[in-house]
Amino acid sequence: MSFSTELLIKVLVVLATAPVMALGLTLLEVKGSAWMQRRPGPLHVGLRGFIFPLATAAKYLQKETIIPNDVDEPVFKWAPAWVIAAVVGLFTIIPLSPTLIVRDLELGVFFLLAISSISTIGVLTAGWSSANKFSLMGGLRAAGQLIAYELPLILSVVGVVIQAETMSTVGIVEKQIEFGFPFVISGQGIAFIIFMIAATAEMMRTPFDMPIGESELTMGFFTEYSGIRFLIFYISEYINLFVMCAIASTLFLGGYHVPLLPTEWVNFYGPLVLIGKTFLLAFILIAIRWSFPRFREDQLQTLAWKVLIPLSLLNIMATAIMKVVF
Amino acid sequence: MAQTMDPNNMPILSEASVSVEIETEDMTLNIGPQHPSTHGVLRLVAKINGEKISSVEPVLGYMHRGYEKLAEVRTYPQVTTLVNRIDWVSGFANEIPFIAGAEKLMEIEVPERAQYIRLILTEMARISSHFVFNGAFPLEIGALTPIFLAMEDRERVLDLLESVTGGRFHPNFNRIGGVKPAAGAGPTTKKDIQDLPAGFYHDTKVAMQKVLEAVDRFEDLIGGNEVFQIRTKNVGVLPKEVAEEYGVSGPILRASGVEFDLRKQSNYLPYDKFDFEIPIGENGDCFDRWSVRTSEMRESAKIILQAIDDMPSGPIQAKVPKVIKVPKGQTYVRAENPKGEMGYYIISEGGLGPYRLKIRTASFSNISILPIMLEGALLPDLIAIMGSLDFVLGDVDR
Repeated sequence: MSFSTELLIKVLVVLATAPVMALGLTLLEVKGSAWMQRRPGPLHVGLRGFIFPLATAAKYLQKETIIPNDVDEPVFKWAPAWVIAAVVGLFTIIPLSPTLIVRDLELGVFFLLAISSISTIGVLTAGWSSANKFSLMGGLRAAGQLIAYELPLILSVVGVVIQAETMSTVGIVEKQIEFGFPFVISGQGIAFIIFMIAATAEMMRTPFDMPIGESELTMGFFTEYSGIRFLIFYISEYINLFVMCAIASTLFLGGYHVPLLPTEWVNFYGPLVLIGKTFLLAFILIAIRWSFPRFREDQLQTLAWKVLIPLSLLNIMATAIMKVVF
Repeated sequence: MAQTMDPNNMPILSEASVSVEIETEDMTLNIGPQHPSTHGVLRLVAKINGEKISSVEPVLGYMHRGYEKLAEVRTYPQVTTLVNRIDWVSGFANEIPFIAGAEKLMEIEVPERAQYIRLILTEMARISSHFVFNGAFPLEIGALTPIFLAMEDRERVLDLLESVTGGRFHPNFNRIGGVKPAAGAGPTTKKDIQDLPAGFYHDTKVAMQKVLEAVDRFEDLIGGNEVFQIRTKNVGVLPKEVAEEYGVSGPILRASGVEFDLRKQSNYLPYDKFDFEIPIGENGDCFDRWSVRTSEMRESAKIILQAIDDMPSGPIQAKVPKVIKVPKGQTYVRAENPKGEMGYYIISEGGLGPYRLKIRTASFSNISILPIMLEGALLPDLIAIMGSLDFVLGDVDR
């Protein structure tokens, strides 16, 4: 198969998978929240609530796209593209099995961290170009938050990289198989917690959703967005949730591997295992979202700079020492 | 002699003196009238420096409905339909001081049973109002779940209110000299009228147990939540003296440590026959305001249970003339509403309706401290403080 055909197939598969996963997570969120809040609607309406996400998507597709007068039109229009490009790009390095991966990059983890920061540009430009004070404040909050939480995210992954001695995501999973235990219980437990907190902040989900903060800033940086552009923001939020949880399960929970299953068949059960682990992590984040209020901006920064970053630095030190000693 | 600048003789500038403070201008942010957390059409003109608020000016009047003026062209029984729309989350409680004022002018002795029914329903209105607060306040801080649980629990109380009065929000149930018989009970002139619906005592007891359970649950879910605590503790502290100076009343005043509750200090309803406590806060911060209201729900449930237990029998309506005319005079009756002190100043010229009616609403006086409390606060705290004041725009603008 030529390179271009292969690329085309891979791109099509990713483009088909991403929205499906987003729909699945939307469904999980809608049903999970309804279950926690004793709301009958999403549990019973429309095939027991299963067509709910599709109905939501269809609703946004048929809405008029409103572009207010004073916005910086090209920037405003392209802002959602930055965000969705960044999150879909991350699919490149998620291994569904040793061979089922778009590209097993040697610097896989580095790629992850580099690409995931692109969405900051989209969020900031969305806030800036909207010509709305609430959007502006949301955009600035988002920028401050994403920059602050990039660091613990990177630093927590560094521990994993040191322990696995590789940056390739497949390599990290193979190392965990070799170890016999996933990294979350063999040395990187703190890193896992830091990663999940930082990832929640990166995704701007409650309790770190001040950039959106609907009770303060109406809808934050996407206040002025409507119709399909709003849908893109909305979908990319859930794709991001999927990607972040998938990466967390790859780096810390052993990815596509489960013990006792024959490794020759990993191409068949690998994807299911990874998706299962991802949805499990996503459900934890969903449960957190629906039980906590949001932090204040200064408390969020304090948490990042005074707690998470020193902790992850300590974690790196400890991992490095263990690596040298053993 | 012109002074020349000698480069060797120039004062040495330290690095700190060179760096110039960038002059920034405060941004004016219009919060409202259409904003998710202003509880309606309140507009706040905030001057903000980054996230910090330098000044706030509340702009009122978007919901002014002219009830005071309208009351002048209504008869006394008709005015109750207006006044229970002032603070719509506790509609029943709004009727009480007005009716009590009219009765005071007419010197009518209200039968004890009617007084008890009024008291029970007023406390139910208080519980339902505080349920709304327990849902709305966490919602403003960012927790979405409590409002659904609170609304579901409130429905039990509203069902009871509906079964007695026929209305969930706007009962229009009080009559001068007593209360209306329960919905569908027939005319009051009959001898064996049924004044409360069948099974009311039992249903109320069950519902109050559920309310007590719900309060425990809220104290767990909301008060026990760490993020909620760090968002509300020591935020929006209202000192005792300031609260008293600004005429703040109700749970906000009590959260600041002032033991002032008209249910103990006044006799508009027979509260002296019941055993209940007045929850007091210590710091006067947002958390105290939440906890005072939540404890109040528990006390209200206790009052209702006691009232159900020693409910007197007898008529529910005193003898009043067919056409109600209030003798010339004026009076002011105030009552402890869920939101604070509500008072009606009625001037009667002996006609069918009040000559002039002045309504003192709790929310209007309570939000007068907003500019004081919000100065120097952060924008997210603005929302928390506003939520903790628990005002209703209908009560502000009337």
